[in-house]
Amino acid sequence: MLKRVLMAAAATCVVWAADRKFQVGRTASPAEVSARDYSVGADGTGLPAGSGTAQTGKPLYTARCAECHGEQLQGDDKRGYPALAGGKGSIATPKPVKTVGSFWPYAPGVFDYIRRAMPYDNPHTLKNAEVYAITAYVLAVNGIIGEAEPMNEKTLPRVKMPNRDGFTGDTRQQKGRKPGL
Amino acid sequence: MSKKANRRGFLALGALGTLGSCAKKAEKPPSDLGPGSRAVGAPSPHEKLERIFNSPTPATGSSRTPLQSLHGVITPASLHFERHHAGVPAIDPEKHELLVHGLVERELIFSVAELKRLPSVSRVYFVECAGNSGSEWRSPAPSVQRSHGLASCSEWTGVLLKTVLEEAGLKPDARWIIAEGGDACLMARSVPVSKCLDDAMIAYAQNGEAIRPEQGYPIRLVLPGWEGNMQIKWLRRLHATPDAMHSREETSHYTDLLADGKARQFTFELDAKSVITRPSGEQQLAGKGFHEISGLAWSGRGLITKVEISTDAGKTWQAAELQEPRHAKAFTRFRLPWSWDGAEVTIQSRATDETGYVQPTREELTAARGENSLYHYNGIKVWRIDATGKVYVA
Repeated sequence: MLKRVLMAAAATCVVWAADRKFQVGRTASPAEVSARDYSVGADGTGLPAGSGTAQTGKPLYTARCAECHGEQLQGDDKRGYPALAGGKGSIATPKPVKTVGSFWPYAPGVFDYIRRAMPYDNPHTLKNAEVYAITAYVLAVNGIIGEAEPMNEKTLPRVKMPNRDGFTGDTRQQKGRKPGL
Repeated sequence: MSKKANRRGFLALGALGTLGSCAKKAEKPPSDLGPGSRAVGAPSPHEKLERIFNSPTPATGSSRTPLQSLHGVITPASLHFERHHAGVPAIDPEKHELLVHGLVERELIFSVAELKRLPSVSRVYFVECAGNSGSEWRSPAPSVQRSHGLASCSEWTGVLLKTVLEEAGLKPDARWIIAEGGDACLMARSVPVSKCLDDAMIAYAQNGEAIRPEQGYPIRLVLPGWEGNMQIKWLRRLHATPDAMHSREETSHYTDLLADGKARQFTFELDAKSVITRPSGEQQLAGKGFHEISGLAWSGRGLITKVEISTDAGKTWQAAELQEPRHAKAFTRFRLPWSWDGAEVTIQSRATDETGYVQPTREELTAARGENSLYHYNGIKVWRIDATGKVYVA
């Protein structure tokens, strides 16, 4: 093991850790990095502190989300706003309805997207605890968690999404394939 | 126009006038001096090319390139298709920065000016929305602008992403780079490190001028041949990580749902595709006799090696001429001289790329994937010309 680590380190030195060739760009401070880092991984890496439940999320959803996504999370096709709940059992039919409940594979992704992009007309105005609460509400309406279950950096990655196993990699054959596969 | 130039123009016109009177021409020779100097040019007022929009949500949506009216392989920047998810940010390039962080030896911040100091490259590539031709899965669209207009081709100039990542010093356990944009939804996609170290670019110019705001001003990612959504516009952050992020745009969206309910994830390359742009749907042939059949072919996996055209419902195929020079992962213009006998006919094109892959028919594609995929449609497009010369979708 130690040998492998040393070999990897040696390879690193040769390939990657050479001195900066162009000396262009400045060093980012840890504060600058954390202020700009919005990445949340499928395993919850990067989730911030904070916590919320569906009970606290419901009034927030009503105030900040319902105008577009509907009181019942049913969405608004005509205006182009997607449903956030329902669609269970529809994914393999001719009319799939892709929602958090029917299609999304990872719960941390719900937090990530709300924090990243919502509300659509006023993004980046929700506190992290509010994002957790709205995430919890959306998951609860979909029947995935209970109304009193707190969602936070520890619990959210443990939520098992119904369509977790609904994805494959790129299974298009790369060589000698028939058209369309 | 300078005084000197005016004088020269006047003298030239005088000379022409003398010649004209000698020949006793009834037609008046050209004498229009035009509107004068323009610091920035614009198309002739007789040219009315426009992108078309269809989006119910304010600030999101898409606009489509009028492929049926363009020539050669380069798309004018003003007509490049658009697809954005949260508006077009108005970015001051003096204030815009690119953060490179995560599994790197040195976490760095680059200004736009600093990126422009690095060694540059210029390369011709298409950009195509993964959802281009999405209509064709279920109900083929009536014009090429509507069916294929979410694809365009430009000469992109910028710095190779490899150059920037080497400056930061990528660590060996970095497998993915999460790229994030500076739009209001912080659009984010995970890109395998292998692509980042291959032909990926951070571009700041398009067809010789600064990238247009709709295309990611001041800097965007260019991932040649890969789905457009990954080519993050308004690029502000690159995060080296061990795993993909599985963001909304790589799970809920931009995955290809098959008929059995499984969705393919991380289908990056856009397969070989072609379409006849002239004659194409909603156009009108002027009459019997000579017409050039012309169109565009492209593949996310390299060069287009062959385009064949059938004018007998796919029974026989003949090779079209390919415009040179061809570029890998770029539009290739094809042309075939053709004589129309005035009878109803269908025309279609079929591309082959350097991997040997042959563009499938719509039937072959839907047999393999069903009709729920939304993305990555690359089936053959068939046009029908009726006896009056009007062109429809078949």
